[in-house]
Amino acid sequence: MNQESSLDRIRHSIVMGHVDENDEGFDGTMEGEPGTVDLVREALDVDVNPQEILNIFNESMEEVGKLFESGKYLLPDMLASAECVGNAMDILEPHLVGKQENQKGKFLIATVKGDLHDIGKNIVSTILKGAGYQVKDLGIDVSVNDIVAAVKEFKPDFLGLSALLTTTMTEMEAVIKKLKEAGINDVKVLIGGAPTSEEFALKIGADGYCRDALHAVAKLEQMQDALSGR
Amino acid sequence: MLNYRKHLVVQPTERLSPGQVQDIHRASLELLDDPGIRCSGDRAASIFDSGGCTITRDNQGQKASGWRVRIPESVVSQALLSVPSQIILGARDPENALFLDGKNTGVYFGTGSETNVFLDSRLERFVSTGASKHSVMLPVYTEESGSIGRLCVSAHLAEQLSHVDFFIRNVNIQAAGNSCDNKDVNVFFAALLYTTKHVQSGLENINALEQVLRLAGIVAEAGPLEKCSADKRTGQGQNTRADIGKFSDPVFKGLSPVSFIACPVKSPLQMVADTSDKVIAIAEAGMPLVISSSPQGGSTAPIQEEGIVAQINAEILAGVILTQLVRPGTPVLYGAVPVRARLDNLHDFYGAPEFIHYNVDCVQMARHYEIPCYSTAGAGDARRPGMQSTIEKLPAYLSVAGSGAQYIHYAFGLLDRTNIFSPLQAVLDNAAVGLVKDILRPCVFTGDDVQDAVQEIRKVTGKSGFFARGVRRQLRRGVVSDAYELVGQGNADQVLENAQNKLNDLYQSPGKRLDQDTVDRIYRSVPGLADRREFDIFKQGGKE
Repeated sequence: MNQESSLDRIRHSIVMGHVDENDEGFDGTMEGEPGTVDLVREALDVDVNPQEILNIFNESMEEVGKLFESGKYLLPDMLASAECVGNAMDILEPHLVGKQENQKGKFLIATVKGDLHDIGKNIVSTILKGAGYQVKDLGIDVSVNDIVAAVKEFKPDFLGLSALLTTTMTEMEAVIKKLKEAGINDVKVLIGGAPTSEEFALKIGADGYCRDALHAVAKLEQMQDALSGR
Repeated sequence: MLNYRKHLVVQPTERLSPGQVQDIHRASLELLDDPGIRCSGDRAASIFDSGGCTITRDNQGQKASGWRVRIPESVVSQALLSVPSQIILGARDPENALFLDGKNTGVYFGTGSETNVFLDSRLERFVSTGASKHSVMLPVYTEESGSIGRLCVSAHLAEQLSHVDFFIRNVNIQAAGNSCDNKDVNVFFAALLYTTKHVQSGLENINALEQVLRLAGIVAEAGPLEKCSADKRTGQGQNTRADIGKFSDPVFKGLSPVSFIACPVKSPLQMVADTSDKVIAIAEAGMPLVISSSPQGGSTAPIQEEGIVAQINAEILAGVILTQLVRPGTPVLYGAVPVRARLDNLHDFYGAPEFIHYNVDCVQMARHYEIPCYSTAGAGDARRPGMQSTIEKLPAYLSVAGSGAQYIHYAFGLLDRTNIFSPLQAVLDNAAVGLVKDILRPCVFTGDDVQDAVQEIRKVTGKSGFFARGVRRQLRRGVVSDAYELVGQGNADQVLENAQNKLNDLYQSPGKRLDQDTVDRIYRSVPGLADRREFDIFKQGGKE
């Protein structure tokens, strides 16, 4: 199989959101066919340039983004495509030369202490992986101390805090205070979740509020542009 | 094989118990026998007489002479055996043909009634006078009188609104130059010119029937319409397939794209000469027609549902019997338009809960007789699009469609009872009917589907706990609804603004105008048509 054909199959698989062989893909025709991860493995086995594969990931997700904006794709379609890229990145990453330069940035995410809800957090995590971010997910019910410790160890560019309850959203403020006390000023904190808002973010000293996963992607790009002076 | 327009199949909700249905039926039989129907048409009286009814002169307190027609149960039963339970209504586009089955509950929605006011609308920005200077886009309105052009605009709009299944003329032509003699042919032409859906109207002048049928025949020949077919009852309630040619006029090579509405009864229990003559002529032509009655609970009928329903049922049955005596097997719709009176001014009160009760009861009575039901939902008392109109309309759509009415008219654009047609309201109603169709969508899962769901739950619960991936399969199955189409993006309610923007887009669409060759042929063959320019709604690059 030549390189072009291999890359085309990966692109098609991502756009169709064909995660693995059990998945039907966008139009329901792909069950039983190799998933995106399988196709990436195959491509690496025949020495397709990893950088070319990474480029295809980005191009495919741009196409998916356009399909979503046009209304043809819904969020489950976009999530499936993002999941394809996220899983495939785990396979591709060791093969990339100078891999740090290829990442858009590091993103640490957690649902705060006392809150067991993770759907929104997982969607953000999947979409950001699909968009090319290196994401570390601490899970749910994570204490202030554990979050701060993870920041020190992972050294993320961004920290995402999620809460679904009015009773737990106050934990977000505690995390921000603790980060300041620890002298950590180089991580941008973004918050999200049903009870949160732009005003709440401002009040607790967060750097931004994201109303949903796609808003988070836009917000991160906006912040990166600002940081790089673009 | 004809592909019918898709209908909404519902699991019908029933308001009347089986015993109450029988009670109403028995009450209607009693009324048809005593006092019977007062009939002022000699032809109708003669037909009733020949058909086994008892007729006597009746001049009691009436200015005009008439007949008292007493209809025995045997005549009712015979008519109910010959009236078709299934009707196919043709359309310019065969894919828009409608299949109505009185025994089943496939629901279609359409326009009507004939309004005198056409409510034009456009958006303007309003800014609050307070310190906030809050700004909002809202429609402003202009009341216009009906015209051929505005009827064309309405047909053009109906063609493009996805949930409009049939078009009943809904704008009254009031312009000078159109007399009673040529109004009907212009109404049907305007409608057929701009919509490929089934077209239905009353006839102002019975002499126009021939020209309207000629017009419809040319349109039918222009399209690939197929032979009509329907079931006809035979004895013992058994249904056998009959040759539909029997029901169609020789003028048609195919299925008629038009049908008619006649209201032969003036409540209470009086058959009018003019409209009974129209019923006779339409039945003689073998054309499908609605036998409608519209008593008003509290003025021309009792206000309590058992009273008005017993009466309207008797009135409709009398009309149905007339058609079957003229021509057994004439395709008829059971036309129920019962309404309650306001108690402050005795106007029609479409927003009353009883309006829904009456109509739902009638749907059940029609189903009892296995006759397709022409029912009513979507009229209200609001005079402008907004919250009141939505609140009045939605329960009626849900209840009447949910009861299994096959053919629901008044469903698009009506305001101020039946006086105003608002294109903007029609766009709002289209979105509401779409929502109602989703709500009433039947449950279609099988045992295998349940097992698939169990497997999905097991699989996902053991892993991510997130079911988004399975959504795509269910979207393809058609069991996941779209959002309400006019929903806004911001904090403000943008429904009216979005609806007006959609309306403006629909106005600019080229639509599906009848081809020029067919139009030329119609002008050569059908007298009485108005100047072609009156039908041209795109002369300025948009609607008139």
